[in-house]
Amino acid sequence: MEIKKSALAGTLESSDVQILLSPATDGITIDLQSDVKKQFGDQIEETIKKVLLSYKIENVHVKVVDKGALDMVIKARTITAVQRALDIVDEPQWEVL
Amino acid sequence: MNQQNERLRRTMMFVPGNNPAMVKDAGIFGADSIMFDLEDAVAMTEKDAARYLVFEALQTIDYGNAELVVRINGLDTPYYENDIKAMVKAGIDVIRLPKVESAEMMHTLEKLVADAEKNFDREVGTTKLMAAIESAKGVVHANEIAAASKRMIGIALSAEDYTTDMKTHRYPDGQELLYARNVILHAARAAGIAAFDTVFTNMDDEAGFYRETELIHQLGFDGKSLVNPRQIAMVNKVYQPTKQEIEKAQNVIAAIEEARLKGSGVISMNGQMVDRPVVLRAQRVMNLANAANLVDAEGNYIEK
Amino acid sequence: MKNKINRNIPDEIMREQGYTGFDSVEFGNPDIQRVAPKVTATTGNSKVVASLAEVIEKTLHNGMTISFHHHFREGDYVFNQVMRLIIDNGYQNLTLAPSSLTNVMNDIVVEAIDKGVVTNITSSGMRGSLGDAVSHGALANPVIFRSHGNRARAIETGAIKIDVAFLGVPNADEMGNANGMDGKAAFGSLGYALMDAQYADKVVLITDSIKPYPNTPASIKQTQVDYVVEIDAVGNPDKIGSGATRFTKDPKELKIAKTVNDVIINSPYFKDGFSFQTGSGGAALAVTRFLRQAMLDKHIKASFALGGITKPTIDLLEEGLVAKVMDVQDFDKGAAESMHLNKNQQEIDASWYADPANKGAMVDKLDVAILSALELDTKFNVNVMSGSDGVIRGAIGGHQDAATAKLTIISAPLVRGRIATIVNDVTTVVTPGDSVDVVVTEVGIAINPKRQDLMTALRDLPGVPVYTIEELQQMAVQKVGTAKPLEFTDKVVALIEYRDGSLIDVIHEVKD
Repeated sequence: MEIKKSALAGTLESSDVQILLSPATDGITIDLQSDVKKQFGDQIEETIKKVLLSYKIENVHVKVVDKGALDMVIKARTITAVQRALDIVDEPQWEVL
Repeated sequence: MNQQNERLRRTMMFVPGNNPAMVKDAGIFGADSIMFDLEDAVAMTEKDAARYLVFEALQTIDYGNAELVVRINGLDTPYYENDIKAMVKAGIDVIRLPKVESAEMMHTLEKLVADAEKNFDREVGTTKLMAAIESAKGVVHANEIAAASKRMIGIALSAEDYTTDMKTHRYPDGQELLYARNVILHAARAAGIAAFDTVFTNMDDEAGFYRETELIHQLGFDGKSLVNPRQIAMVNKVYQPTKQEIEKAQNVIAAIEEARLKGSGVISMNGQMVDRPVVLRAQRVMNLANAANLVDAEGNYIEK
Repeated sequence: MKNKINRNIPDEIMREQGYTGFDSVEFGNPDIQRVAPKVTATTGNSKVVASLAEVIEKTLHNGMTISFHHHFREGDYVFNQVMRLIIDNGYQNLTLAPSSLTNVMNDIVVEAIDKGVVTNITSSGMRGSLGDAVSHGALANPVIFRSHGNRARAIETGAIKIDVAFLGVPNADEMGNANGMDGKAAFGSLGYALMDAQYADKVVLITDSIKPYPNTPASIKQTQVDYVVEIDAVGNPDKIGSGATRFTKDPKELKIAKTVNDVIINSPYFKDGFSFQTGSGGAALAVTRFLRQAMLDKHIKASFALGGITKPTIDLLEEGLVAKVMDVQDFDKGAAESMHLNKNQQEIDASWYADPANKGAMVDKLDVAILSALELDTKFNVNVMSGSDGVIRGAIGGHQDAATAKLTIISAPLVRGRIATIVNDVTTVVTPGDSVDVVVTEVGIAINPKRQDLMTALRDLPGVPVYTIEELQQMAVQKVGTAKPLEFTDKVVALIEYRDGSLIDVIHEVKD
C-alpha cells in the first residue's frame, strides 16, 4: 500500500507516543526521539515496522516522539496513523488488529 | 441461582479511552468493573485512536478479576459500528450503550454484536450488554429496556443528561433523581439484572459523595459509576456489612449447611424456619464481607 | 575486586584511594580518632568584611577544599555569587565539598570544572547538566558521593578537610552568631551546615540581615566564625521549599501510600512511643496523612519524627501525635517557619542525625523509615543515584543512614513510564539490600526473606498481596519488555561510599 498523505496519531502526554507518517519513496525510515531510546529504541522501531508490514507499506517516513509508551500504545498509535494516512478510518482492516 | 457467585458490581470506574497512562493502570485500584470510555471522554477527532488503544490494551494488559466494560458511541453517531466490531473482536465482557430510550435500540445493538461475534469467531452470546438511561423517555421505557435481551447484565442512570432533559440540574439532596432511581432499580430487579447509579463528579466534596452513596445503597443499587479511582474505597466502605450483619449471616449459612447434611429441605435456626429471602440476604452479606476482606478463609469475622 | 555484594570495584581505585570494599551494614564499636580545625584567635569587635571578593582573597588558595550547604535548596543565591568570584579570580585545583548540589548550582559547577577551577567533588548528589557532565567524564578524578551521616563522619575523621566554608544564613550578628529559622530567606534547620561550622579551618558567614549583637538563638556560634559578609539577598524564599507540601492526588501514589501505611500499622513497631522518618515527595506526605489517621484511631503516639521535615509532620507535632521533631533540614516553608515557634522541633546536626562513627546517632533509635528508589533489585539493593540511562541524577541524602531503621520500607511504583523500577540488578547500588525490609508497589509488597517475622505479621493483610521480589521484577518486565543493557566505558566517574566509608559501588562514564 502506498501512503498518499501525511497523518498524525497520539499525543505528547506521558506514557503516550506521537507518530507522524509522511509519504516517501526510499523505503521505511524512522526518526525516533525517546528518553528510553538507549534501552527500548530497537523494540520501538520493530513494533512500528511490524504494523507497517501488516499493511504492506514499503515506503514511508515515520517521525516518532515517544514519551515512555508501552508497546501496546505504540502499536495502537501506529495503526491509527496508518489508517488515517491510507484514508481507511471508516473501513478499517480488521485482520490487522 | 447461587447468590454466592453473583458478581459484585459496587464500583464501575470510568477510564478515558484515549489516555494511555490511565488505560494501562486501570487494573490496580480494585474496581469491580472497569469501563473504558469511547464516548464523551474522547474528542470527535480521536474516536479511532481511542478504539485501537482500548483494543490493544484489552489484548495485552492483565486487569485481574475486574469485569471489563466499554462505553461505545451512540447509535446516532458514525463511530458506533466500528466500536462494536473492535470491542467484540477484542473480547470485551460488556458493551454499554449510552442514551438508550427503547428496547429497539438494544435489539439493534444485539444484532450488530451477534454479527461481529460470528465474523470474529467469538461464541455467539458471550458479549454482554448494558444500557445507560439518560432521558425521560429512557426512564419511561426502563422496563422494556432492562428486559430487552438475554445479554443484558444491567442498566445505569446517567444523571447529567437526564436532569437537563427534565429541565432541572443536580442538587445535593438528590430529590430530582428519586423517581428515575426507583424506576431504574425496579426495572433492573424485575429483569434480574444489576442497577448502577450515576457518577458524582465533585472530588472535593467527600461528605456529599458519602451521602449519595449511602442513599443508593439504602435504595438497593448494586453500585455506582465512578470518575476517579479514589472513590472506590469510599463506595466499598459504604457497601461493607457490619459485624452484626456478618455474624447473623454466618448463623444462617451454618443452618443451611446443617439442613443440607440432614438432607432436610427445611432450614431452621433457633427453632424458627428460615425463609428464602433471609437465605439470599445472608449469602449476599457474606459475598460483600469477603470482598471487603472482613472475613478470613473460614468465614470468621476479622477483628480490626 | 568484587565487594561483598558482588559489585566490581577496580583494584587501582581501592589501592590509590585506600578504600576497603563494602562488607557489612554493621558498624561495630571501633575507636575513632577525630581531627580538630585550626583556629585563628581574634578578639576584635567585628568580623564583618566589606565584600565577598575581599573575604575570598583573605582565605582562599589554589588547591584548597571549600564547602557550602544546600539548605536554600533551589532558592540559593550564595553558591553562585561565591563561585563566580572564585572562577573570575582564576583559582585552580579546588575541591568542592558541599553538603549537596541543587539544580541552581549546576551550570556554574560545570563551568568551574571546564576551567580547571574545581578538580574534585564530594557531595550527597547531583542532577541535571552537572550530573550529565560528570557522567560523560568531565572530571579527571571521580566524584565521591557520601550520605549525610557519612559526610559528617568523613569531616570528623579528616577524610574531608574543609579549608574554607562559605555558609549562607538568613541572619547573623557582626560576630557570627546565626540561625536558619528567622529572616526573609529562613530555611529552618541548619543541620548540615553545623558540621562545616564546627570543623572548617575558616568559616565565612554570608547573610542579608545583620542583627544586633548578640543574635539568638545561635545555631552557629561566634566561637566558630572567622568572617561575616553582608550581601543583598542570600536566597529566594519562594524557591527554598518549592512545591514540597503538595499533597498528591495521583491515585497510584495514593495507593502506594495507603499500602505503606498498612505495612507500618500492622508491623510490630506500630505501638505507643514509636519513631519514624518519611522524607519528602508526594507519596511521603500522603503516608504522613494516613499515619495520622491510624494514630488517632488506635490511640498511638510517636516519640519522635526524624530527618528532613515537612509541614504535615509539624502538624502531627502540634496535634500532640508526635512528641518531638528531630530536624536536620526542612523541606518546605511551613516546617521552616515553625522552627522558632515550636520548642519540640529540635534542630540536629548531621552527626547527631545519622553519623555511624559517633557515640550514638538518632537513626540508631529509628523504628520506621519510608524511603524511595529510582531502582531496586532482586537482592533488595537500592539505587537513588543513577537514572535509567546510567546518568547521575540523584542524591544519597540520608538514604543509607535511615535504612538502618528497624523497619525500612522502600516505596516505589513497579514501573515509571516504560522503565522498570524493580530489576534484576540495579545500575548503581547505593543502599545495600541487607538494610531493606519491605518493598511497597502499587500491585503489592515484597518482604526481604531474612525478615520472616515481618512475613508472619504482614502475610494476610487484606488487600495487600505479598509477592517475592522476583515476582515483582517479572511483573515489571511483563509490562515494559526487556530493556537493552546500558553501555559504559571503563572510566570511573564516581565512587559511592557506604556510610562507614567503604566502597559500595562505582559509576562508570556512559557510552553514547
